[in-house]
Amino acid sequence: MSGRNNSIWQALVSPVGRKVLTGLTGLGLVLFVIVHMLGNLTYLQGGDAYNLYAHKLASYGVLLYMLEIGLAAFFAVHAYIGINIYLRKRRARGGRYNTYKTAGKPSRQSWASRTMILSGVVLLVFLVLHLMHFKFGPGVAEGYVVAVDGAEIRDLRRLMTEKFQSPLYAFGYPAVIVLLGFHLRHGFWSALQSLSFTSPRWNAVLYALGAAIGLIVGTGFIIVPLWIYFSQFN
Amino acid sequence: MAKSMTIYLRVWRQAGPEAPGRLVDYTVADANEHMSFLELLDVLNEQLIHRGEDPVEFDNDCREGICGSCGVMVGGIAHGPQQRTAVCQLHMRAFKDGDRIVVEPFRAKAFPIVKDLVVDRSAFDRIIAAGGYVSTTTGGAPDANALPVSKEAADEAMDYAACIGCGACVAACPNASASLFTAAKIAHLALLPQGSIEAPQRAVAMVDQMTAEGFGDCSNHAECEAVCPKGISVHGITRMRREYIKAVLR
Ligand code: HEM
Ligand code: FES
Repeated sequence: MSGRNNSIWQALVSPVGRKVLTGLTGLGLVLFVIVHMLGNLTYLQGGDAYNLYAHKLASYGVLLYMLEIGLAAFFAVHAYIGINIYLRKRRARGGRYNTYKTAGKPSRQSWASRTMILSGVVLLVFLVLHLMHFKFGPGVAEGYVVAVDGAEIRDLRRLMTEKFQSPLYAFGYPAVIVLLGFHLRHGFWSALQSLSFTSPRWNAVLYALGAAIGLIVGTGFIIVPLWIYFSQFN
Repeated sequence: MAKSMTIYLRVWRQAGPEAPGRLVDYTVADANEHMSFLELLDVLNEQLIHRGEDPVEFDNDCREGICGSCGVMVGGIAHGPQQRTAVCQLHMRAFKDGDRIVVEPFRAKAFPIVKDLVVDRSAFDRIIAAGGYVSTTTGGAPDANALPVSKEAADEAMDYAACIGCGACVAACPNASASLFTAAKIAHLALLPQGSIEAPQRAVAMVDQMTAEGFGDCSNHAECEAVCPKGISVHGITRMRREYIKAVLR
């Protein structure tokens, strides 16, 4: 038996370490999308609620900055390993099967599990566009400004309203979110399994929880754009 | 009386490791529901031999589901449509008269095709050699009760020890990962006191070998558990990961 050769680095790039990293970063991103989704819902409260929420976030300054860097690192590590796993799997198969079917339960192979790379890459491309449109989109300097309690803050609500009145945004955004929902459907349980938090006793519950999270996060994100789009007609 | 069946097979034929392969259609008109799937291939081979053609090569030995020699893709599923059944124990009553069945070898870069449906699974032997053993005294048989083992540990270890190393997990895995096989061996030994001497190195050594053989990563599809003739649980994979992490942090 070869000795204890493993530095922490070797462990992290091993099949076990790669999955632990995908799982940890994946769960971090799940937490992020849940918070983001809840934040978006403040739009539906009307008035200044959404702008105040965004302003409050921005006012955290350095703290927010650090969180954002951490988040970017999570995305980068997660996407890098995810793509790497996909490339390795293509090499590992060798020839193609003429016929391939799942054997059914207890397999958790599904459309969602087979398309993690597709949903992931779409999310990555979407992320860049999304940041350009909103985070780095027009702000106070471009006239997107609103006075709340005497202070002039960025009018993100107006930006959002304008964007989602166009059908491209109003329907393109939900399409990406549906893929996010599928990513979470397999991803949530998969991350727990990668981190060895699962047990035969709880697997059914945890797997169902993944579907619930996918559905709830997906619905939460989709409501606002559709609401904005259809409100413009009445 | 056994019901007679006509089965239309499409079988992967490949003359050698480097030769190009292709699916060839054959009709077996005198099959019956009591035959095992391998016996169906035997009948096909007799036809081929009578016609002066090369018979279809496939691995098999015990034909009672315990040796792990057999294993082909039947209709796109490793060992065929009946769960917890090696293909030697799969009977034609699982099919209907007139069925069309595609038969292919287990496919993985780490399982190179030798001929037709025969693949070289010695990558598994090398994973075992890397750490799937225990240190023990030689000589007379040890006293059966000398080492206390809890009932729970013994039961779970036995479930993992049931692995016959057929390679269906690799064949069915969308990533061609050998995680279930490697995990079954690691989990089996990790649960028993006999395995504790090598425990600090075993998981790392076996996972390293698995990687070196070119198997893919585990994406937790759990397809392996569904095709495993012994129904080995993917919970073993979480045990393997825990053993690995323990070894690294030690
Ligand atoms: C909001 C963004 C995202 C969230 C919430 C998320 C969440 C997750 C979770 C929880 C997992 C399961 C981890 C595991 O199996 O251990 C996962 C897996 C995966 N993610 Fe993401 N992810 C996101 C973005 C991305 C991006 C941008 C990519 C880019 C390519 C990506 C690619 C993948 C892939 C390929 C897997 C499967 C890994 C495997 O096969 O084992 N994800 N994701
Ligand atoms: S021939 Fe031995 S398990 Fe099938």
